[in-house]
Amino acid sequence: MTTRAVEGWTLHPLTEFVREASARLVLLMTPAGQVLAQSGFSRAVDVMSAAALGAAIIASTGELARQLSQPPFAALNHQGHRHGIFLSSFATERGALVVLAVYDLDVSSLGLVQLFYEQLATDLKAASPKGSVPKQVLAADFERELSESLNTLFGR
Amino acid sequence: MTAAFKQVLDLITRVRGVRGAMLVSGDDGLVVAEQLMEGIKGTAVAALAASLAGRLRRAMEGAGIGASVFWHLQAEHGALLVVPAASGILVVAVTEPDVNVGLVRLELLRAAEAAA
Repeated sequence: MTTRAVEGWTLHPLTEFVREASARLVLLMTPAGQVLAQSGFSRAVDVMSAAALGAAIIASTGELARQLSQPPFAALNHQGHRHGIFLSSFATERGALVVLAVYDLDVSSLGLVQLFYEQLATDLKAASPKGSVPKQVLAADFERELSESLNTLFGR
Repeated sequence: MTAAFKQVLDLITRVRGVRGAMLVSGDDGLVVAEQLMEGIKGTAVAALAASLAGRLRRAMEGAGIGASVFWHLQAEHGALLVVPAASGILVVAVTEPDVNVGLVRLELLRAAEAAA
């Protein structure tokens, strides 16, 4: 399975997570939907859709928690007949990061994904560039930035 | 933890040399109930035992020998004993190396029957 990263420091922790948790698809992104790394996706349009939907879920569950005067939900899991979807976010020096993982119930489980997600979050916190300010993507540069990221994520 | 689960786990942990017992959801790899000594990572044991259970089940199906009844994984400093219950729950014991395996097996089977 191919794992590719826009930001190199994310690659090793993500590769380990994919291997250990037997995840089928993984996206590492910011809460705004800017993708830092991906594993298992074969089409750019799927990455864009998954990132947008994942970011929307994080935003809506965050708002729901705020309305309930609760801290943001730690993780969200949706289990279907054959696949499960795990979505969670954590803080790093680079800012908050979101992990979206899709796993096959035949070869993995929620327990396994949760277990290695904790390791992934720890590894990414340790590896994130210290003292760096996340680069803001301006509306004017959005399309170019997106194209560049997708080119990197699919090795073009 | 409900009283029923506590009773089930008490059956196992009262055996000398048992360092902990757990009920694990076999499908999810999540802890249902646990009584563990300090230093045992329950969530890790649960997730990895369930993963192993899934692979063993497929291996046994492939070999045409039916479902597993009991596993005994002997390690350097102890053992992991597991009985899959009919309900899909795994009854797991973490033990010292010199535990009476026969007695723990008996209690795991009784616990599995109760958990089912």
